Amino acid sequence: MKEELLRIIEKNSRIDVKELAVMLGSTEVEVLNEMQELENEGIICGYHTLIDWEKTSTEKVTGLIEVKVTPQRGQGFDKIAERIYKYPEVKSVYLISGGYDLLITLEEKSLKEIAAFVSDKLSTLESVLSTATHFILKKYKDHGTILSKKEDDEREIITP
Amino acid sequence: MSIPISKTVVGLKKSGIRKFFDIVSEMKDVISLGVGEPDFDTPWHIREEGIYALEKGKTFYTSNAGLKELRQEIANYLKRTQNISYNPDNEIIVTVGGSEAIDIGLRAMVNAEDEVIIPQPSYVSYEPCAILAGAKPVIVDLKAENEFRLTAEELKNAITDKTRILILPFPNNPTGAIMEQKDLEEIAKVCIENDIYVMSDEIYGELSYKEKHVSIASIAGMKERTILINGFSKAYAMTGWRLGYACGPKEIIEQMVKIHQYAIMCAPTTSQYSAVEALKKGDEDVKLMRESYNQRRRYLMNAFKEMGLECFEPYGAFYVFPCIKEFGMTSEEFAMKFLEEEHVAVVPGTAFGDSGEGFLRISYAYSIENLKRAMERLKRFVEKLRK
Repeated sequence: MKEELLRIIEKNSRIDVKELAVMLGSTEVEVLNEMQELENEGIICGYHTLIDWEKTSTEKVTGLIEVKVTPQRGQGFDKIAERIYKYPEVKSVYLISGGYDLLITLEEKSLKEIAAFVSDKLSTLESVLSTATHFILKKYKDHGTILSKKEDDEREIITP
Repeated sequence: MSIPISKTVVGLKKSGIRKFFDIVSEMKDVISLGVGEPDFDTPWHIREEGIYALEKGKTFYTSNAGLKELRQEIANYLKRTQNISYNPDNEIIVTVGGSEAIDIGLRAMVNAEDEVIIPQPSYVSYEPCAILAGAKPVIVDLKAENEFRLTAEELKNAITDKTRILILPFPNNPTGAIMEQKDLEEIAKVCIENDIYVMSDEIYGELSYKEKHVSIASIAGMKERTILINGFSKAYAMTGWRLGYACGPKEIIEQMVKIHQYAIMCAPTTSQYSAVEALKKGDEDVKLMRESYNQRRRYLMNAFKEMGLECFEPYGAFYVFPCIKEFGMTSEEFAMKFLEEEHVAVVPGTAFGDSGEGFLRISYAYSIENLKRAMERLKRFVEKLRK
C-alpha cells in the first residue's frame, strides 16, 4: 500500500483521507498511520502546491545556476551545498554528475536580483570556482504536470 | 430495380448501444460513463515507436500473419504471463483489433448448423459474428448470484450434439466478472468431455484486480482446443491503433490467415511496430494504469454501498454492473430517465443481451473527479426515485 499511497498523493496531496482509504481498499485509521509513519521516516517531506505564477500578477524569475566547486576534505560537497541551500531564495540544490557539480534553482522577483545573488553571495563563497546562470523563459511542464492546456476528453460518448 | 441486400445482415439486430448513442450525442453537458475504452493516452514511448516507424518509411505491408518480431514478442508475453508456449511461425496471427480475431476465428471454425455457445451479458460482437459465419448462436444467460461467471452446470445445459464452440469472454465487458482458476478448470473439464473448442476473449486480461488473470489455454488439455484472443486496446490504451491477435492450433490459425489475407491483407504496419515496443517495455505502464483503475473501481463500489445500490464486486475490466431492479424500471427506462434528469450517460445492461435486464454498465475509464461528480448525481437520482 505504501508506494501506491505515495503515487496518489504525489499527484494530489489534498485528497480526502476517507477517499484515499476507499481507493486503497483500506481504512482511514490505517491510511493516517501510514502517512504519519512516512512523514516520520522523512519519506514524505512536504505537501506542496504546484502554482503557475505566470498566470498571476506576481513577478517571479527563476534562474538555473550551474556551479563548479572545490569539494572539502572530509565533507565532500555537503558543506558547500548546505551553505547554499540555507538561502531561502534558493529553491533546490542538486549534486550533479558531469561538467559541473551543483545545480541550483533560484527564485527572485527580477533578473537583477538573481544576478546580484550570483555575484554577491554565490561567487564569493570560497569553494565556488565558477558559475553559469540560465534563466527560465517558460515552464511547459513541472512536477510531471503539463502547465499550459487542459485536454478535453475526445472519446466518443458511448462505445461498446 | 431492387437493391441488393443480404437477408442475413438485415436480420441482425441493431446494436442497442448505437440507439442510445444517437440520443446522448444530441444532448449537451452530459457526463458520460458510457465508454468502453481507456481514458489514458497510449504511453508516449509506444507512440514514439510508431512515429519512428513512419519516419523510417516502414509503410509497407507486413507478412499476412503479422511482423515476425511482433509474433515473437506475443509468444514471449504468453510464455511469461501464462506459461503457454505458442510457435510464432504458425500458431499466432496479428489482427485488426481483437474484433477481427473474433470474426475470422468463427468463420474459420464453424460450418452451417454448428452451434456456438455465447454467455451473456457480453460484448456485442459475438452473436452477429456467429450468425454471419453461418452458425447458430446459443445464448447462456449468466446470473448475478454467480457473480456473472459461467458455471459448468450452465454450460452442460446448453450443450447439444451440434455444439462446436464456446465463447469465453472474461474478464467480461459489461459485467466486470472474472473466471478464476477453479472456475476455468470446471469449464475445461466439460469442454474436453464434450469435444468443444473454446474461443477465449481475454482482451481485458491485464485488467484483473484480484489475482493475476488465468487463461483457459493454460489448463492441461486446453491449449490444443482454444483460440486465445487478446490485443493492445485495453492493456496499453491503444484502441485507435486497431491491433489484436489470436493464438491457437496451427490448423485453425492457418485457415484464419487465409481469410485475413483475402479480406484484410495485414494489420496496420505502424501499429505493429508500436505493439512490439508495448510488449517489450510496457509492463510498468500497464501496472500503473491497472492500479489507477483499481482505485476507481473501489471508489465506485463504495459509492454504491453508501447509496444502497446493489452491486456484486467485479474484479476485472473497467466496468461495474449495478442492479436497478428495486426501482421497477427496465434498464433502458432507468438509463433514459437518468440521462434526461441528471445528464449522466450510462449504458443499459440490455445492450449486452437480454440477461442484462435490470442492470447498468458503468465504465470507470474516467478520472476520479469525473466519477465523483457522476456519483453525486446518481445518489440524488436514486434518492428521488425512492421517495
